Amino acid sequence: MSTELTDLSLLELSNRLSEGTVTSRDATEACLRRIGEVDGTVRAFLRIDAEGALARADAADARAREGARLGPLDGVPLALKDNFLQEGRIVSAASKMLEHFVAPYDATVVQRLEGAGAVLLGHVNQDAFAMGSSTETSAFGCTGNPYDVTRTPGGSSGGSAAAVAAREIYGAMGTDTGGSIRQPAALTNTVGLKPTYGRVSRYGVISYASSLDQPGPLTRTVADAAAMLQVIAGVDEKDATSAPHAVPDFSAHLDRGVEGLRIGFVREHLGDGVDPEVRDALLAAAEAYEAMGATLVDVELPYSRQALATYYLIATAEASSNLARYDGVRYGHRAASPEDLNALYARSRSEGFGPEVKRRILLGTYALSAGFYDAYYVKAQKVRTLIRGDFDQAFQKVDVLMGPTSPVPAFKLGEKLEDPLAMYLMDVFTLPCNLAGLPGISVPCGFTGGGLPIGLQLIGRPWDEAGLLRVAAAYERHAPHHRRAPTL
Amino acid sequence: MSRLTLDTVRHVARLSRLALTEAEEEATRKELEAVLAAMDAIAQVPTEQVEPTSHALLIGALWRADTVRPGLTNEEALANAPQARDGSFAVPRVIE
Repeated sequence: MSTELTDLSLLELSNRLSEGTVTSRDATEACLRRIGEVDGTVRAFLRIDAEGALARADAADARAREGARLGPLDGVPLALKDNFLQEGRIVSAASKMLEHFVAPYDATVVQRLEGAGAVLLGHVNQDAFAMGSSTETSAFGCTGNPYDVTRTPGGSSGGSAAAVAAREIYGAMGTDTGGSIRQPAALTNTVGLKPTYGRVSRYGVISYASSLDQPGPLTRTVADAAAMLQVIAGVDEKDATSAPHAVPDFSAHLDRGVEGLRIGFVREHLGDGVDPEVRDALLAAAEAYEAMGATLVDVELPYSRQALATYYLIATAEASSNLARYDGVRYGHRAASPEDLNALYARSRSEGFGPEVKRRILLGTYALSAGFYDAYYVKAQKVRTLIRGDFDQAFQKVDVLMGPTSPVPAFKLGEKLEDPLAMYLMDVFTLPCNLAGLPGISVPCGFTGGGLPIGLQLIGRPWDEAGLLRVAAAYERHAPHHRRAPTL
Repeated sequence: MSRLTLDTVRHVARLSRLALTEAEEEATRKELEAVLAAMDAIAQVPTEQVEPTSHALLIGALWRADTVRPGLTNEEALANAPQARDGSFAVPRVIE
């Protein structure tokens, strides 16, 4: 019973909850048992609130018995990346800086998920302050990829991806600033959706880069991601960057197929640096879409070559500003016996932050400093405009863009730690999407000969998550790779 | 792009309120220099007539009525304080 239950997709579970053949308590206990069995190896979870979760499960069951379920997520166990504030819980962005920080309020996303009846089981691991592509910069140990635990699940939402892939949970929240939902999804055979910038409130999400961060779901299926997005999307007056656009039914077009759609293929994204098996899988996916009735169109995104530099200047500049709040005064780590105020700041921050966070703060500060501001930060913002322009032009010819999410499958833990640049290159295909604010999704696209997952990335027009999900669902129906579970 | 000097690293560390050991200073200098070399490519991109983008999908200001609503209580705000006294955050002497 336990294995079957945790193998269900989020919506399959939801249907059984509606039918009354399974209770939320059953599902929650099954997740807890599964976590007990495999998380010693996978190490996705940082903190679990079993008691709280079971209480919420019982409440959901009471509603179900009355025929009064709140919606598809009512009674469904989910997890939160460690940067989503949940009142009264420790939330730390996987950093020593916030190791003992107790959240004084709920993130809007958390409020909406709980309002929909979701059973939030706990917080999962990430790269500290969401800075990384492997979950190796977490202050609390790294997470293993369920398909090969000697390898990374990707990052920064590696814990979210691993927990979903390992069938420990039915869905998890992540955040994506440069690819941190999509890349881990690609490496773990899961679905990861980054909504349009402004679609989901960032209130109560620990900030990394304010013009790039976007919360989004990681799930096993496309329909599950649509269901989670439905609950969390929508304007929030507590987030001035959230968009007042109407929230459509994101699941409305999942079954429409791709007949007559134009799909853009960026050929240069299959060049050097891309693993040959990834390239083959993507070419096969393109053929599959053609067979389904879509027209494949070659497109160019010439300025996306500048995306790495543009991203790392803008993101680190914004991070240096956002992380200035961690000064040891009001919350977070404070150094013992500082000589004076400056020592309080410098020592608290140096003790609380890990090397990657410090590196990015220094880079960002440099990019913003007098004498360099125009050459680095403003220049990057101008190139950002050009990168966005490439997409505007492309979307006049096509409805959606496709390509590899990650140039390589999951790499070995420790493999890319010596060279920061090598790690940054893991996001080269995901970064442009954040710079342009566009919605993007990664869906399972096959496996290497060695059994490592490969991800297909789709990028859509602003506010057209429904269209994006439609194209993703069509591929998933054709090639349901998500059904191949890891052997743990 | 000129070499990144240790002086610059120390200056930037001071601005960031980060304390680096000597070993960390040199390691940081090397790492940042390599990363900055990768960033130099964008200097070649012509951007004379281009406006900077700070917000990819600019939507304009979001307004709400100017009504007072409860925020955190004093107690809630101090709950995570490393040191608190008399309803305030306690810090080392600021003014001599």
